[in-house]
Amino acid sequence: MFKYYGKYAPYLFLLPAAVVLIIFFFIPFFHTFVLSFQDYSNSLYSANFAGLDNYIKLFKSPVFYKVLFNTFIYLFAAVPVLAIVPLFLAILLNQKIRGITLYKILIYIPVIVSIVVAAIAFKWLFADEGILNYIVTSLGFQRIGWLTDPNWALYSVIIVTIWKGIGYYMMIYLAALMSVPKELYEACDIDGAGFFRKHLTVTIPHIMPTIALVTTISAISAMKVFAEIYVMTKGGPLNSSKTIVYYIYERAFENLDLGFASAMAVVLLIIVLALSLVNVLFFERKKYQI
Amino acid sequence: MKKLIEKLSTHAILIGVSLLSIFPFIWLISTSLKGNSENIFAYPPTIIPKDFTFANYTGVWQKVDFIRYFVNSMIVAGGTVFLNLILSAMAGYPLARMEFRGKKITFFAILATIMIPFQAIMLPVYLITLKLHLIDSVNNFAGFVGLIMPFAVSAFGIFLMRQAFLGIPKEMEEAAIVDGCNVFQIFTKVLLPMVKPSLAVLAIFTFIGSWGEFLWPSIVLTKETMYTLPVGVNNLQGMFSSNWRFIAAGSILATIPIIIFFLSMQKYFISGENDGAVKG
Repeated sequence: MFKYYGKYAPYLFLLPAAVVLIIFFFIPFFHTFVLSFQDYSNSLYSANFAGLDNYIKLFKSPVFYKVLFNTFIYLFAAVPVLAIVPLFLAILLNQKIRGITLYKILIYIPVIVSIVVAAIAFKWLFADEGILNYIVTSLGFQRIGWLTDPNWALYSVIIVTIWKGIGYYMMIYLAALMSVPKELYEACDIDGAGFFRKHLTVTIPHIMPTIALVTTISAISAMKVFAEIYVMTKGGPLNSSKTIVYYIYERAFENLDLGFASAMAVVLLIIVLALSLVNVLFFERKKYQI
Repeated sequence: MKKLIEKLSTHAILIGVSLLSIFPFIWLISTSLKGNSENIFAYPPTIIPKDFTFANYTGVWQKVDFIRYFVNSMIVAGGTVFLNLILSAMAGYPLARMEFRGKKITFFAILATIMIPFQAIMLPVYLITLKLHLIDSVNNFAGFVGLIMPFAVSAFGIFLMRQAFLGIPKEMEEAAIVDGCNVFQIFTKVLLPMVKPSLAVLAIFTFIGSWGEFLWPSIVLTKETMYTLPVGVNNLQGMFSSNWRFIAAGSILATIPIIIFFLSMQKYFISGENDGAVKG
């Protein structure tokens, strides 16, 4: 086909998106690094060059290590659950059974509803004299300070993230399961393979790329949690439920320490980039022909 | 027999998970319908209210301007969807159909944006928004623009549209050229109508994302009259401190619009065929 468009047409079409991405994406990306080398602690409007001071302050701060540790707990608690449970549910829903649409709708509702409402709903479940503690005490245990006990708060917030993510990843798995050839299952049935053997030998190898995708997406989203923590615990008690993004927010917008917050944002960037690269290098090599 | 047990246990698990998915809301609804004479901390808890009343709903409705929050959310989500459709379609078209210098680098630059989370760059985004005076303390319009612009286009949308344009046979464009269409007419009159399904998917997922956005509005908004629903709902906690009846009623009220939207569009969410609609 001959070139029916002028020399400048491609650039004209790209221009509006490029302007938005440059102003609200690429400039901020590089500016984050610049900010992390500046000192704003005297005034928001006049910055002094600070060299590595922010990073030194960051790496000397015990709160930073606490926050980093919490973020990795978040990662290691939420990601395995979000990679496995939705797969199991998707396998159950990938059969001809009654009420399938209703199940899907109900399990997907947490995904649709605003995270703020979800966090409020859970805050109410987690209340000291709330319904969860009723169940706990009637089973004969001590009442749990779900959001007030430093040993529990982080896990209570993680529960909300998991609860909200299950339906989303289940739908991704369902789409992938549709591409598994039905004949393979029929062959299994003839061999008399049970539920677990069937899916271990056929389903899982077949959708390995999707499992990798879900693992990466859920890991990256775990790095980015904010609303749950903001609404439920504000990072407390005693920083026990504070993760990286919440701490960036707190240092930048409550303490107005932009340099320190930006140094932390750089740490976040490096972790997320590393996670993405692991995904690209190990799981999606073929797609990008690396 | 084995088949029957398998089937029964499948349903048992699915019913259990479905209940877990909606129980937090059921409990919230239950609390919102309990009158003042009923102890909402009663042991054992009761799901069906004994002192049934809608008073909490009317009460919270009078104190909180939900209509305003709803309209604000509509403006922000509507504007975000509108810009995403236009900008993604425009950018996706040359990436799918044209040859030009710098195509590869453009492609990779857009791809790179997927890997960089907004949360990591939000401070400079905030400073730029301030510098451009796109903030509600200037005026409401500027405030809305500031809420929308950082999310006006995404790599996800551009790649979704590029994929859609790749699927259109080249003959369509050739026929249009013979008819004397120029490149803009080909884009608006021939190609855009053919990618409507992808535009619909993009619109719906962008809408949901924008509707639930909390971090950005809670950073930039300074005036209560500009609150979107999630910010307004969070604010209920401060307004009614420990009045859980009102907080519950307000949260449920704020959730009704998105539930209606979801149920009327459910085939887009749960058909399982929107493979491309995976968003990080």
